[in-house]
Amino acid sequence: MDSVTKRYPDGTVAVDRLSLEIPDRSITVLVGPSGCGKTTTLRMINRMVEPSEGTILVDGVDIQKQPVNTLRRSMGYVIQNAGLFQHRTIADNIATVPRLLGWSKQKARARAEELMERVGLDASLAKRYPYQLSGGQQQRVGVARALAADPPVLLMDEPFSAVDPVVRKGLQEELLRIQGELGKTIIFVTHDIDEAIRLGTKVAVMRTGGHLAQFAEPAELLSDPADAFVEDFLGEGRGIRRLSFFPSEGLDLLTDPVVAVDATAEQIAARGASGAPYLLVTDGDGKPLGWSEPGSLPGAAPEELLAYGRPFVAGQDSLRVALDCAVLSPTGWAVAVDGTGKVVGVVSQETIGEAIRGAHAAGRTAEATGRQDDSTGRPEDSTGRKADVAG
Amino acid sequence: MSGFFDIPSDLQASYVELIGLHLREALLPVLAGLLLALPIAQLCVRLRWLYPPVLWVTTVIYAIPSLAFFVVLIDYTGQTELTVMIPLTLYSLVVLVPAIVDAVRSVPQETLAAATAMGFGPVRRYVQVQLPIAVPAIVAGLRVATVSSISLVSVGTLIGNQGALGNLLADAMFYHRPELAVTSVVTTAVLAILVDALLVLVRVLLTPWMPRRSHTKPKAGQPDPAALALEDTAR
Ligand SMILES: Nc1ncnc2c1ncn2[C@@H]1O[C@H](COP(=O)(O)OP(=O)(O)OP(=O)(O)O)[C@@H](O)[C@H]1O
Ligand SMILES: [Mg+2]
Repeated sequence: MDSVTKRYPDGTVAVDRLSLEIPDRSITVLVGPSGCGKTTTLRMINRMVEPSEGTILVDGVDIQKQPVNTLRRSMGYVIQNAGLFQHRTIADNIATVPRLLGWSKQKARARAEELMERVGLDASLAKRYPYQLSGGQQQRVGVARALAADPPVLLMDEPFSAVDPVVRKGLQEELLRIQGELGKTIIFVTHDIDEAIRLGTKVAVMRTGGHLAQFAEPAELLSDPADAFVEDFLGEGRGIRRLSFFPSEGLDLLTDPVVAVDATAEQIAARGASGAPYLLVTDGDGKPLGWSEPGSLPGAAPEELLAYGRPFVAGQDSLRVALDCAVLSPTGWAVAVDGTGKVVGVVSQETIGEAIRGAHAAGRTAEATGRQDDSTGRPEDSTGRKADVAG
Repeated sequence: MSGFFDIPSDLQASYVELIGLHLREALLPVLAGLLLALPIAQLCVRLRWLYPPVLWVTTVIYAIPSLAFFVVLIDYTGQTELTVMIPLTLYSLVVLVPAIVDAVRSVPQETLAAATAMGFGPVRRYVQVQLPIAVPAIVAGLRVATVSSISLVSVGTLIGNQGALGNLLADAMFYHRPELAVTSVVTTAVLAILVDALLVLVRVLLTPWMPRRSHTKPKAGQPDPAALALEDTAR
């Protein structure tokens, strides 16, 4: 988008000289307060709103040079409340654009079934009508419908804002998974900064009057807000939230304070010698049972053990989760487990604090070099899912 | 008992023929009214300023007594069914035009935006999205228009016995046979109720996508068309 302005007939300037370079095959989030021109910006991309000035290029081609309906069918569009056709079945809703493009009935139908599976909808819903679905399911249908003709671009306007937080989180994870599989170029509008940080590869913060306040990766947004407006908009706890972008991989995990429930007195004495004030007792499978003082072992009854709180998955969860676990733990130590729930070690708040300081220092040097080669340090775990950000 | 269905010979029709005639004179105008109302309503949706004057005109037409229409029309169309059906057609517009306009306008903004975003042109959008979603409200309008049309046909009696079942009312007075009036009123009411039920059935068949309203209360303030017909006929 190059210096795009939209002035409505009544004189409202909804978007003011906005220039954005939207990266391919990633999620770009437009975020800002109500009325700042997010929807207008999005709708200029598929020409539901025509810009007053400036040009918009997709893959180097001016969108004004394409027939408008061809352009629109090459871009999926998802809106709040899904905007489903209430008079058509779920399968027919999803098959809308393929049918418009002249696909045969069978091909469109097969495609709809494939997409229902992809967005996590049961095939038995195909023949139902929208009123028979929950809000979250309708939203999934909206996403499936937008993906139906396999468009390279997906425009999403507050798609998840009408569902409850739990469903929203599920939909967000689903979107990240689908994006990981399909590699679409997604432009996502929201007024929820947590959603923006959780989903966006890059986030454009807009200010009332249609100005771009900052266009950056989420981690950078949290660490270096461009001005007071962005800082204010990001809200409380920037420091803590930024920890989501630091992996727990390098954490120094201690295995000495971990003992099996059937350990002998000598083993316990040896473990206690390491100086840890508490020992973590594990069951026969290596799963955590609880904390105990070395003196009261062996033979402490399970109900005498201190609760271990919530464990974090070493290497997969972020430092934010690790710190959260340590803070929640009555002993101040966090329990690290592997993917199967087996204890791999324990770590103290102090050690996590050191890791945070280390990550900050590394971040500063990476930033200095990163500015030149523009490498993206996007935090992803093994499943391609982004670190847990929204608290 | 046979007196109820013993139709005076001046009407030159049997009881069953009168019913057929009545249905034709009542339903054709509603059909014509629907065909007129659809484009008029579409214009009113596109050009917002047109709606208030159109509404005003249809209301004024509705206020003109049918007798006044007959006086004017009789010079052109004579003492025929057509003379009865033309005013009935115009009367139906007062119900149908607003029903269609409101129905089409009430299609959710999101649905329209979604259709546009998927590359529906304006015509395709109207035919494939707006009209189907408007069907329940259009049928509701049709029910009122049909039922009132069925009762209004009777006034055709005034122009050379063109009132179908309504003619029995005049004959009841003329021959002092009150049972004919009963036949007329009851048959008209039963026709209205049957046709209304038929329209409801059509609505249900056309809109499998509507939530079943079995557990929702009928809206207050929306009188049952069949009840209206009974009132009209009794008047
Ligand atoms: N059709 C229109 N005519 C005139 N002004 C409009 C029109 N559509 C939007 N606006 C104005 O343009 C500005 C931006 O609107 P827009 O819908 O893009 O905001 P938004 O960022 O999407 O807000 P929200 O978060 O509330 O959806 C607002 O001030 C709005 O009043
Ligand atoms: Mg908006």
